[in-house]
Amino acid sequence: MGESKLDLLQGTLDLMVLQTLAAMGSLHGYGIARRIEQISGDEVLLNQGTIYASLVRLQQRGWIDAAWGTSENNRKAKFYSITDAGRKQLAQDAAYWERLTGVMGRVLAMQNEGGDR
Amino acid sequence: MGSTQTSPKTSSKTSLSAALRRALHRLRSFFRKEPLDRELNDEMASHIELAMEEYMHKGMPEEEARRQAMVRFGGVQQAREQHRETRGLPWMDVLMQDLRFTFRTLAKDRAFTIIAILILGLGIGANVAVFSVVNTILLRPLPFHDPERLVRIVERDAGTNESGRTYTADATEDFQHQNHSFESVSGYFAFTGPDNYKLVGNAQPLPVTGILVAENFFQTLGVEPSVGRLFRHEEFVQHAQPVALLSYPFWKRQFGGDRSIVGKTVNLSNTSVTVIGVLPDTFDFGSVFSPGSKVDLFTPYIMDDFRNDGNDLALVGRLKPGVTLGLAQSEADQLFPQLYFTHTHPEYGKGYTGQVTGLKEYVSGKLRRSLIVLWCAVGLILLIVCVNLSNLLLARSAARSKEFAMRSALGAGRGRLVRQLLTESLVLSGAGALLGLGLAYAVTAWLAHQGSLALPLLSSMHVDGRALVWTLLVSIFAGLLFGLAPGLRMSVGNLQEVLKDSGHGTSDGKKHDRMRSVLVITEVALACVLLVGAGLLLRSFLRVLDVDLGFEPSRAAAISVDYDDGGSAAKQAAIWQDVVNRALTIPGVEAAGISDNLPMSRNRGWTIAAKGEEQRPNTPGVGVFVYIVSPGYLKAMGMRLLRGHDITWEDLVNNENVVVLNETVARQLWPGQDPIGRIASTGGTDVRVIGVIADVRESSAENEAGAQMFLPATKRFGPEGANLVVRSKLPPAALATSVMHKLREMNPGQPATEFKPIQALVDHATSPRRFFVVLVSIFAGLGLFLASLGIYGVISYSVTQQTQEIGIRMALGATRARVQGAVIWKTMRLALIGILLGGAASFALARGIASLLYGTAPTDPATFAGMVVLLGVVALLAGYLPARRASRIDPMIALRTN
Repeated sequence: MGESKLDLLQGTLDLMVLQTLAAMGSLHGYGIARRIEQISGDEVLLNQGTIYASLVRLQQRGWIDAAWGTSENNRKAKFYSITDAGRKQLAQDAAYWERLTGVMGRVLAMQNEGGDR
Repeated sequence: MGSTQTSPKTSSKTSLSAALRRALHRLRSFFRKEPLDRELNDEMASHIELAMEEYMHKGMPEEEARRQAMVRFGGVQQAREQHRETRGLPWMDVLMQDLRFTFRTLAKDRAFTIIAILILGLGIGANVAVFSVVNTILLRPLPFHDPERLVRIVERDAGTNESGRTYTADATEDFQHQNHSFESVSGYFAFTGPDNYKLVGNAQPLPVTGILVAENFFQTLGVEPSVGRLFRHEEFVQHAQPVALLSYPFWKRQFGGDRSIVGKTVNLSNTSVTVIGVLPDTFDFGSVFSPGSKVDLFTPYIMDDFRNDGNDLALVGRLKPGVTLGLAQSEADQLFPQLYFTHTHPEYGKGYTGQVTGLKEYVSGKLRRSLIVLWCAVGLILLIVCVNLSNLLLARSAARSKEFAMRSALGAGRGRLVRQLLTESLVLSGAGALLGLGLAYAVTAWLAHQGSLALPLLSSMHVDGRALVWTLLVSIFAGLLFGLAPGLRMSVGNLQEVLKDSGHGTSDGKKHDRMRSVLVITEVALACVLLVGAGLLLRSFLRVLDVDLGFEPSRAAAISVDYDDGGSAAKQAAIWQDVVNRALTIPGVEAAGISDNLPMSRNRGWTIAAKGEEQRPNTPGVGVFVYIVSPGYLKAMGMRLLRGHDITWEDLVNNENVVVLNETVARQLWPGQDPIGRIASTGGTDVRVIGVIADVRESSAENEAGAQMFLPATKRFGPEGANLVVRSKLPPAALATSVMHKLREMNPGQPATEFKPIQALVDHATSPRRFFVVLVSIFAGLGLFLASLGIYGVISYSVTQQTQEIGIRMALGATRARVQGAVIWKTMRLALIGILLGGAASFALARGIASLLYGTAPTDPATFAGMVVLLGVVALLAGYLPARRASRIDPMIALRTN
């Protein structure tokens, strides 16, 4: 298939959304989706619709808040923002993610070190 | 970023509260489906618009922009589903769907639904009702404070003679002082007959039942008065101001629940008695200590009044905390043999035994086996109900197999379909449970008011929380059980085949048929076990009714007579003679006589020995039931005089010391000799034997007759009250008014005591057995009915399925008789296998109820044969109806319709 887009791992979308909101402040669903697409350089396979399940999950966990408002072009949209609990969670998850990617990087960088007989 | 590790403790705490919050959110979302969906729709619409705006901004035409926006968004419906699943309770959604669908299908198939719920209601109702009985009598603790520390103390191997189970005032006091195991020991006077007092007021004197209780009786049980106070120490000394405690129902009935009655005096048998309190509603003396009798009030048992009497206190004790039954028993084993009968006459000797039994065990231990059998019987009923419903559901699921195949083809998973089926069966069993609860409430309420039933604790029976939990368990169990067969079939069946198998000419698979046959066989076998059990119990009951009681209860009745003889034996004899003579003038009266005691009611025992033998060691005399009687009593009761003659009025007037014995006593005192004219010694007096009667069953129809003697009411042997017994050609009820009229002629103060048929005494004694027999028989009948319904269902169904086949056979020349015979043979094959299996199971199980049987072997061939024939005939009938239908099939029509 050659250059296929990345399938999102379970849970990574939630982390991306949190980070996006932490970085950008208040944002509507479309904005979050677009932002993630832009940052990923369009490498992520994202049906924008799936972001809403993630948003409602984060909301139920109390990590983000939501309120209806108007966009810069005067359109009604629901805006999300990260809460304090959300920031704490983001810090934890990000640390975990970094450790994991670090480990994965080292494991995958493993070369033949004399184990070759 | 530095890792912010939280300690495991706080994290688990926060995660718990977080989980709770999430659950709440989900629950809220579940109930706010519509607004949330609307909001999501709005949000998605704005998403698309925002996206289109961006594309159009880049110069895309509107249509293209919309298309692009939609493509990037992905599936709108999927997003919506995902959103719902994430926020709400998806399993609840499925459940609601299943429930809605279930209600729709059940409403469509109304006949099936009604039958299923009725059958289930009967099965579950019977189970809950029986559970309530078991719970009340066996499981629930007695309604006293710390009931597990309460015990009854009785003489070991005392037999049925109540005097042998009780203790004298002196022995009781000695034990109270010497023991270290008990917090307190108290007792009550065990020989109180019903209506032993009369309450004299403005209107007619009212007969009431009062029990004498020893000091600290209520404190020992841990009963607090609901109004007023309990007895005090100074009320247990001689010549104290008489006081009484009222039972709650008597207080309500007689005094309208008036609290001011406390402190007032009432006239009780011409004594002025102060009412000091009312006992609580929860305290029912009769239901614990004397099942089937009502008690109206309590008065103090003053030890000094009873010093010279025999054994008359029934002992109750409360163990000290931490003292086990075993410890108390070993102490009792040491103390009781050392207790003197009476201190005033140490020469009467000493030596009691004391068996310490938990009060609960004493009250209901005897019923345990009967109740467990009842419980098993009702459990069998539930099994039969489940098998029956399984069968019905199987037939239904066969008819619905196309529907399921279709749903499966449309993408429903197999698990989803099984879940749907289980939902249906649980909904059915839930509805059945509601109906059953209603039934159980009615039955328990009815039973709680069966005062004449000699079962303990019955008055406190109701459907309680435990019974509700039981209902829930039973109905879920039933729902799963009968839903299992169709569910299993569904999960193993090949749905593709069903879809292909489009009906014409192909009869249903053999495998399916076999499953239903197995179910029917199971049902017949279970019903057979029930029937045999019920048959054995019924036969025992008939044997009990058939027992030669030694007297004839039918057409005899007794009434308690009130009179005032001023303590003069001569006057009393004159009054008795007058009463009997007047009674004899009533038209229809054949015989009349008076006794202070009646069989199968109160009992009282003395010892008797042959003259000259009583002082010898190792001949302790015979414990006998004592009846102080007038001439004519033996005849009025229908007792049979074997030798000698009855007591005469001259014996009473002249204070003759004579006695009539029963065969058992005569045989024991003078084996192989003529007892008439011999002298015996009883109660310190020599008496001459003038007659011998056939044995009388004095305590119950089932126990062998003990020893009895009949003494004339004289100065020496004073009666305790008087019961006039009348034998007539007329039914007792017809005589009641004329007898009461005669008694009032003599004594206007005669209270309105009940004119009680002697048969009622016998019925009361046999009532527990009757109760169990009636219930088990009802269950057996129900089982039989359900089994026949099952057979009918299966055979009828198979006839319908084979209509075409039968049509072809008949077209080819099979006769009607042959077709009918084939169907009946099929029925009988099922029934016979079931009966064989059930018979074998009954044979094995009957041993378990051997101890409940009377005069019937657990392998009684007549009962087995009878039940097998009964079941066979019913099966034949159930098969005959479809067989007849099969033989009426018109080959032309059968072939054309397909």
